[in-house]
Amino acid sequence: MTTQTQSRMGATMNAPSALPAVPVKMQARDVKVFYGAKQALKGINLDIQENRVMALIGPSGCGKSTFLRCLNRMNDTIENCRVEGRLTIDGDDIYGRDIDPVQLRARVGMVFQKPNPFPKSIYDNIAYGPRIHGMASHRDEMDEVVQKSLQRAGLWNEVKDRLREPGTGLSGGQQQRLCIARAIAVSPDVILMDEPCSALDPIATAHIEELIDELRENYTIVIVTHNMQQAARVSQKTAFFHLGDMVECDDTEEIFTNPRDERTQGYITGRYG
Amino acid sequence: MQLTVLLVVLAVLAVVGYHLGRSRAANAVGGRIVQLHSVPAYYGAYVALWAGLPAFLLFVAWGVSEGWLVMQMVLAGLPDRLTSVDAQGIALLKADLLNLAHGLNTGRQPDPAVVAGAEHYNALRQLGDWAVLGFGSALAVAGLWYARERISPRMRARNQVERVINIVLIGCSLVAILTTVGIVLSLVFEAARFFMAVNPLEFLFGLHWSPQMAIRADQVGSSGSFGAVPLFAGTLLITVIAMLVAVPVGLMAAIFMSEYATPRMRTALKPILEVLAGIPTVVYGFFAALTMAPFVRRIGDAVGLDVSSESALAAGVVMGVMIIPFVSSLSDDVINAVPQSLRDGSYGLGATKSETIKLVVMPAALPGIVAAVMLAVSRAIGETMIVTMAAGLSANLTANPLEAVTTVTTQIATLLVGDQEFDSPKTLSAFGLGLVLFIVTLTLNMIALRVVQKYREKYD
Amino acid sequence: MTELADPDVRAVSPARSRYQSDEFVARLRRRYAAEQRFKYAGMAAIGLASLMLVVLLGSIISQGYTAFQQTSIALDITFDAAEIDPQGTRNPEVLAQANYAKLIRDSLGTVFPEATSRADRRTLSDLLSSGAPFELAMMVRDDPSLVGTTKRVWLTASDDVDQFMKGFIPRNVAETERRVNDVQVAAIDRLASKDSIEKSFNTTLFTAGDSREPELAGIWGAIVGSFMTLAITMALAVPIGVSAAIYLEEFAPKRWWTDLIEVNINNLAAVPSIVFGLLGLAVFLNFFGMPRSAPVVGGVVLALMTLPIIIIATRAALKAVPPSIREAALGIGASPLQTVLHHVLPLAMPGILTGTIIGMAHALGETAPLLMIGMVAFIVDIPGGFTDSATVLPVQIYMWADSPERAFTERTSAAIMILLGFLVLMNGLAVFLRKKFERRW
Repeated sequence: MTTQTQSRMGATMNAPSALPAVPVKMQARDVKVFYGAKQALKGINLDIQENRVMALIGPSGCGKSTFLRCLNRMNDTIENCRVEGRLTIDGDDIYGRDIDPVQLRARVGMVFQKPNPFPKSIYDNIAYGPRIHGMASHRDEMDEVVQKSLQRAGLWNEVKDRLREPGTGLSGGQQQRLCIARAIAVSPDVILMDEPCSALDPIATAHIEELIDELRENYTIVIVTHNMQQAARVSQKTAFFHLGDMVECDDTEEIFTNPRDERTQGYITGRYG
Repeated sequence: MQLTVLLVVLAVLAVVGYHLGRSRAANAVGGRIVQLHSVPAYYGAYVALWAGLPAFLLFVAWGVSEGWLVMQMVLAGLPDRLTSVDAQGIALLKADLLNLAHGLNTGRQPDPAVVAGAEHYNALRQLGDWAVLGFGSALAVAGLWYARERISPRMRARNQVERVINIVLIGCSLVAILTTVGIVLSLVFEAARFFMAVNPLEFLFGLHWSPQMAIRADQVGSSGSFGAVPLFAGTLLITVIAMLVAVPVGLMAAIFMSEYATPRMRTALKPILEVLAGIPTVVYGFFAALTMAPFVRRIGDAVGLDVSSESALAAGVVMGVMIIPFVSSLSDDVINAVPQSLRDGSYGLGATKSETIKLVVMPAALPGIVAAVMLAVSRAIGETMIVTMAAGLSANLTANPLEAVTTVTTQIATLLVGDQEFDSPKTLSAFGLGLVLFIVTLTLNMIALRVVQKYREKYD
Repeated sequence: MTELADPDVRAVSPARSRYQSDEFVARLRRRYAAEQRFKYAGMAAIGLASLMLVVLLGSIISQGYTAFQQTSIALDITFDAAEIDPQGTRNPEVLAQANYAKLIRDSLGTVFPEATSRADRRTLSDLLSSGAPFELAMMVRDDPSLVGTTKRVWLTASDDVDQFMKGFIPRNVAETERRVNDVQVAAIDRLASKDSIEKSFNTTLFTAGDSREPELAGIWGAIVGSFMTLAITMALAVPIGVSAAIYLEEFAPKRWWTDLIEVNINNLAAVPSIVFGLLGLAVFLNFFGMPRSAPVVGGVVLALMTLPIIIIATRAALKAVPPSIREAALGIGASPLQTVLHHVLPLAMPGILTGTIIGMAHALGETAPLLMIGMVAFIVDIPGGFTDSATVLPVQIYMWADSPERAFTERTSAAIMILLGFLVLMNGLAVFLRKKFERRW
């Protein structure tokens, strides 16, 4: 690990952990997921704190992405997928009767592994969410939402002169920031990120990581990553998943320096992965 | 008959040659097959090819040229008073000869010389067939002998056989090109003859279509008139009606199947569309003429509208039903090519399914869907049986779907059905129409296929 | 596990209220209503397609199922030796020339002695098909010992009587309005009371060729014609199509001319079928002087039409064979041709077969190009060879559909049912092959 990242990690660790009680944003109690007859998650318990970055790490196929997709019910779009247990956001049951997946997904946004801008203009990509949710009543308001979202995603200066050009024409890193801006535009409380940097080069990755750190002020972020350094750099809390179990969840520093479970230790020291 | 015998002889000789070649090759090295350049089967194939191929080519060449060749010889043998006429007379004479030769009635008392000519024609064909049988068999035996003699352990049988097979494969690929060339040439030549009699501008822009030609020049209306605009308009009207049925229904069906239906529903519903696609057009035509047209007419009567018994509406609606599966299967492909990640992105922002489809999937699939519609239009324009059976022959220039109209394909079919002399503008006009039909559908297809290809590349 | 808070402790977020505002909820309700409407539109589309299919098949079956029965009338025929064979030679030619119509008239005269006027007698003769005397002639030819005896025989009734028996000609309309007059109705009732008129399975439909008389018309000639035409189509299209596909997919270099062939094949697949008919007419009939109406010409035209379908299907099947198979074969020293013939082609065979069957089914249902080359002629005889005049099943349907008689409508529907039966069989075979040999790589 370079000194630079170490120092940044130190900085992120100090401030929030010093506060006594951080409110819990989302909570999982005994969450089990089945794909047909196959069980993908075996009873997950996890608290996700407000305005923190929670990293989910673990070897591939361990269920971390599955868990992430439960948090905004993206699993609903997969046939044969069944979720048991209790998942809450601000105390509301996510799979409860009075929560609607459409409403939920506006509250819990998602950024995917591969940048997936719509084949529309940059402007329309950002405006898509606010439009369907009726968040801007007229043009000026929409312009403002678009500008603000792009600014927050750190993309405004790069694209402000070509908002009418297709979003697919941007570079990979820009596309992914566009997707983050698109998610921000509907003002979610939580942003889920499924390996957001795995398709990007190191420079673009650094950009996104900085962005995640800035977004933490206003949003709760859950990020799935294969890259342990990345988890150490951007998160305050880390949960280690293994074969459908949540093995261990603690402050990121704690997990990486002093893991309690030997499976965690094995994974972070690179014995398997 | 003789030619069938020849084919059997060739097949037998090829099989015999194969075994001879194989055993001779094996014997040449005393059974130590590794010493051969190629495996024995290739020596067998080598001999079989020599035995079968040259004679087969002779057979094909004769089959193709026989009719023409024999006809020339017969014409040369006929008295001058019959053959010294214009091109039209020759064509008529040829038709009479062929009809007599095939034992058909020409409808008039034939000239004894022509009867003799027809007998001559049959005799020559018989003679020719026997000659080809004899010569072909001899050629096959000679080829077999020659190839067998040439077999030696060092002969590169595999390379030679593979070269021949490669050429045969190329030849087969060229059949498709030849077909297109044949279509273009036959349409262009016959249409050119038509345009020598009728001004192309009058044909393309004239408003009156009545191809009936009087038999004698002094009869009233002897010239006929060939303004094809009513046909184009009729075709367009029926195509528009068909598209109004097929595009919304086909597209919505495809959307439902690919986005809403569970796998079990899909397996249950798919056969419905497949059956609709598999029903022959003549059946749709029968349905249009005997069920749909009276139905439309009854509805019209009930609401006080005057509906023709061969209304464009009935034919158009049935044609639309026929095209539904075509549109839906093409759209289905296009919709499925839109990557799931785009849908996920939309759902992740809290869009409902229909919003995702309308705002993300459809715009992304638009080029492909436009191409699908173009292919469907081309299909509707070229469809013959439904309109021939249900749309009638009256060349009305109207946009009223309740009236009877006629189409390009209907006219082609009626102008050429039954016995016809091949030289009147009436018959030839069918080729003029065919040329227009071919050009229009080809253009639509080319553009559509290009768009589809571009679209596939984008998401692959 | 550390610091798991009590699930019931609610942390109130300021943003939360926005998603539960009345405005948002109302909008959500509207969005879901739109969602439902869209889904119902999709279901309606499928429903409409299904409805049309049901109406189509329903109308054909309801119009056609009666054609599988045919009315016949039993008469006591006296095979009068003086009438049939006055010299007593039993010469087949003499037997064939006899006036069997008179025997029928005589027999009718004994059944209906009250009919004495010429008009009435002719009316009664019209109860029977014009083919009935021929049926008697065939009986005598097959069994000359009938001559001189009296026998009760079943003879085919005319199409009007048949339609009347099937209930398509109503009784309770004015005589001038129906095709069976009062004398005939009374005669039919009399015959019925003596069990001398009945409906039985219509074998003529399956054994006869075409005829102007509906009750004598059958589809066997068309089936034989279809079979011959398809045999030619298959013999040409399958080897040429598969060879072309092998070349284009496995051997062809990527050059401008192979691209041209490819574009050309794709376009050929979308050329209207009637254009192939024009090609057949101009090239095969007029230029090469091949016979009109012959299965051989129809077969060639349909082969050219099916060729692109087979090529495209075969290429898809070849493409589905993974490259690793080819690499494995080439790696142990097989020539490219051996690789294709020994490894790739057998693996692609199920796909090729399926594509071929579908192409053949397509050819079987095709009508328009065959009209151009004269297969629309009225042909009574069953074709005996590839160059005889013939017609095919769909063209037969087209011709019968044009005939005004109600009895022909019924037979047209029946012929459609038979054609659809063949198509179902072929497609079923294709589906079966696909299911049986389906392979996932």
